[in-house]
Amino acid sequence: METVIKIENLRFSYPSEETGEEVPVLRGITMEVKRGEFLAVLGHNGSGKSTLAKHLNAILTPTEGRVLVEGMDTADENLLYEIRQKVGMVFQNPDNQMVANIVEEDVAFAPENLGVPPAEIRQRVDEALSAVNMVAFRDHAPHMLSGGQKQRIAIAGVLAMRPDILVLDEPTAMLDPAGRKEILATIRELKEKHGMTVVLITHYMDEAVLADRVIVVDRGVIAMEGTPDTVFPKVEELKRLGLDTPQATELVYLLNRSGAGLPADILNPRDCIRALTERLTKENK
Amino acid sequence: MLKDITLGQYFPGSSVIHRLDPRTKILLVLCYIVLTFLIENFIGYLLLAAFTVGCILVSKVPPKFVLKGLKPILVFVVITGLFNLFLTRGDVVFSWWIFSITRQGIYFAAFMVLRLVFLMVGTSLLTLTTSPIALTDGMERLLRPLRKVGVPAHELAMMMSIALRFIPILMEETDKIMKAQSARGADFESGNILRRAKAMVPILVPLFISAFRRADELATAMECRCYRGGENRTRFKELLYGKKDLGAGISFLALVALVFAANFLFGKVI
Repeated sequence: METVIKIENLRFSYPSEETGEEVPVLRGITMEVKRGEFLAVLGHNGSGKSTLAKHLNAILTPTEGRVLVEGMDTADENLLYEIRQKVGMVFQNPDNQMVANIVEEDVAFAPENLGVPPAEIRQRVDEALSAVNMVAFRDHAPHMLSGGQKQRIAIAGVLAMRPDILVLDEPTAMLDPAGRKEILATIRELKEKHGMTVVLITHYMDEAVLADRVIVVDRGVIAMEGTPDTVFPKVEELKRLGLDTPQATELVYLLNRSGAGLPADILNPRDCIRALTERLTKENK
Repeated sequence: MLKDITLGQYFPGSSVIHRLDPRTKILLVLCYIVLTFLIENFIGYLLLAAFTVGCILVSKVPPKFVLKGLKPILVFVVITGLFNLFLTRGDVVFSWWIFSITRQGIYFAAFMVLRLVFLMVGTSLLTLTTSPIALTDGMERLLRPLRKVGVPAHELAMMMSIALRFIPILMEETDKIMKAQSARGADFESGNILRRAKAMVPILVPLFISAFRRADELATAMECRCYRGGENRTRFKELLYGKKDLGAGISFLALVALVFAANFLFGKVI
């Protein structure tokens, strides 16, 4: 598969406000994002995962090392808007991402900035709204929508740039469980139907389970990397990094510690139930 | 309590006046204001009144709402009227103790009051029939030619629309903070003005901090969506002058013609 984002030995630090000393946030990250994949970046608070996200569309530029987006170096100021158009970024608080007072005007904000002709803006807005299933709300005022709906509008707002990669920085952190479900369903649909490359920054394990690949960031370095079914069974390692495990995985882990002998790579309740039933029927025989 | 506040005083509707291009409305209201000062006799004001009442009827905005716009300037109107009435020198028609009223005074007072009333009604009609968004949009377009002399038209409009966008959010936040502070025993209702003003400090501090944080996040989000000021920016909904706007212009010109005719025929009152 083709590499869309290539990060080489990325280091980032900023001078502390009190002492003026350099505070390292990212300390040598090397990774790649492949076209069409769904990558989850996990890490507890202060691990540097949001800083890493901001490097993907040149909001921040490396102190050392390189970030290449489809071959374009983010340190090159001339490519700034081209890079930002390729990498759409969605943040935590949907309220603080909306500019306009009407849903469709807000979605039109990015294409307006890119100088797209009005007729094409119309087309892009309709396309973006239908991709997040919010066409019916196009005339609404943002403050009348629910959290999940607002966040879907924020996603539509970056989709209108027709990006190749969608980076979501804890998009569900401020939402209720219903809103969280809405956003996850939207992300999956974008990946499956529209072939979008998705980078999801999160600290919810249940969201990371849905990804094709997981990267765990800790204190500015990559601590673990792999598919969800290779990363999550390492319960002890995850705990040491200050992270939870999906509930089903944790249950299996605890049972196995008392010698249940279940397969460790169980990530969701359905597989957990199946494994338990199998194990119990075997015992009854 | 803070939630049911309406933005501006827009009265939604779909009348011809509502649907006029905001630029047309802004320009016509400006001309209308100038016109109120060019009228020289009462026939002229009668014509202006007929035109204004006509506009209100066409807009289908309840007259009650239009008159509400007069309330804040009522004191001002009365004071201006009284000053003009008593302090103008001329042919005395009535005199009592130290007060004397002149013929010129009566006319000046009447003219000033009429001007202020029409000025207010005209501008109210503009804000009642134009949404704040359309209004800022219209202003941006009208100020665009002035960009060459350094008027930041786009920036002003962007600031206005962001302010409008965040008013309901900050209102809600104020409400939340007030409730949180009341829950911990803060008292906003009793005491004199000084005490009550002091009680607002614990609301304003968190509100300001949050507003700055929001501004910071919004700026980043705007950058992520390739915002780089007004240069080379296109607009989603282009404003277009239509037949309605031509009609509005022509009717206004007719009014101007009638007013000047009245000025010419009936002369100056004073």
